[in-house]
Amino acid sequence: MSLPDAEALYTTLFQKILPDSRKYAALVGIHTGGAWLAKRLHRDLVATHTGNSPEFVQQSGMLSVSFHRDDFDKIGLHAQKKSSEIPFPVDGAHILLIDDVLQSGRTIRAAINELFDYGRPASISLAVLVDRGNRELPICAQYIGATLSLPNEKTLELNHDDHGKFYLSMENKNGADTNHRSAFT
Amino acid sequence: MINRNPQLDKNRVLQHLLTTEGLPAPILQQILDTAETFMGVTERDVKKVPLLRGKSVFNLFFEPSTRTRTTFEIAAKRLSADVINLNIAVSAQSKGETLLDTVDNLSAMHADMFVVRHSQSGAAHLIAKHVQPGIHVINAGDGRHAHPTQALLDMFTIRRYKREFHNLRVAIIGDILHSRVARSQIHALTTLGVPEVRVIAPKTLLPSHVERLGVHVFHDMRNGLRDVDVLMMLRLQKERMQGAYLPSSEEYFKYYGLTPEKLRLARPDAIVMHPGPMNRGVEIDSEVADGGQSVILPQVTYGIAVRMAVMAILAGPQPSDGG
Repeated sequence: MSLPDAEALYTTLFQKILPDSRKYAALVGIHTGGAWLAKRLHRDLVATHTGNSPEFVQQSGMLSVSFHRDDFDKIGLHAQKKSSEIPFPVDGAHILLIDDVLQSGRTIRAAINELFDYGRPASISLAVLVDRGNRELPICAQYIGATLSLPNEKTLELNHDDHGKFYLSMENKNGADTNHRSAFT
Repeated sequence: MINRNPQLDKNRVLQHLLTTEGLPAPILQQILDTAETFMGVTERDVKKVPLLRGKSVFNLFFEPSTRTRTTFEIAAKRLSADVINLNIAVSAQSKGETLLDTVDNLSAMHADMFVVRHSQSGAAHLIAKHVQPGIHVINAGDGRHAHPTQALLDMFTIRRYKREFHNLRVAIIGDILHSRVARSQIHALTTLGVPEVRVIAPKTLLPSHVERLGVHVFHDMRNGLRDVDVLMMLRLQKERMQGAYLPSSEEYFKYYGLTPEKLRLARPDAIVMHPGPMNRGVEIDSEVADGGQSVILPQVTYGIAVRMAVMAILAGPQPSDGG
């Protein structure tokens, strides 16, 4: 099956976030796809706003959810040199959490736990490029690029090419794909 | 395939950490990389992660220790484990219970991990062979044999300050003969690709055939320290003075104590390490221990992240879960 153009989805997502974007003190992306999205959204929002209001300030950060995953007993801890980078005070901040694909909701649950290790935010909202449905936890996104219905055995992933252009790819869950985030979106 | 290394299961996944000898480089790197991810945890509001929630870690110290036991305890608590400290020297064994009976009793209390320090070489191996699958053993020092987490935190320290291993000249200085730390350091350094590992010690404090471990032997600090990038000092145990090993601590300091003058023989950006506890004025001069090239206190801090990494890796998936 053909997958939607990730760049078009990004533009949709950006347009949906833009009217509310002044509310958020920080954008926080989930490693790895969400972190790429957050970086780009942060850049584009700052560029859009600073034209008419130079005082516009928005922070960005990155979360690694590996310490809070609920399947540690099954898959263990994978060494990634990336750990969370939250270079701003979380206490009292309105935070927009960003991920590429939302499915079970388990990654978001782990990300919220991780974020709370840094402080008590005033609020957390969620933006995702793709919502696949099939939730296993009571979690919903406020901003969605597209809703897709995909076979359960497929994993959907965001990638980017050498020029930073986003594209989506799909693989079989138990195939050659060794990325352990697969069953955990 | 016959599994020759009791630390690894048949899929070559780490089950126990007993010695750095025979541990493949990717596993050492995995531990160091994982430790790096734990470095940030101590800077958060909540200095705890839930990876070992519900697990029980038993600290079995048959030999006194402050630093090692405390850092293991902090590491386990930062991982949300329940930690039980047993000072065995003054409990069951003094009533005549054997080592394995003690372990069986503690296993019956649903231990998930044992951290073992013992004066007998091989004690941790013995326990690792005896425990049920799924229970993990970490050697926190056994006799003269091995002290793998100390060596790993030393490797972590070197990597933090020097970034790479493949271009380093490293000297281990002092009582190599009685040192489990030195043995574990030598195995880790050579596995990680350090091209030149030197040992500097008087003949009486070197094991015979030490060069078989792949090290260059020096008896004179003036030659041995030349152009060295990393100096790893060892503690001189006071009781060695009572044997025929050394004439006096003053004599030892004169020839093998690290003074600012001797340190100048090494590279100007060389780092000075020590596993502690230090004997100031015996193996190291206070001016060096407290000087700008000393990384002795960072070593202690890194020890927590490295021990968290070892525990988190061991507590990961079990073979029965399909890996």
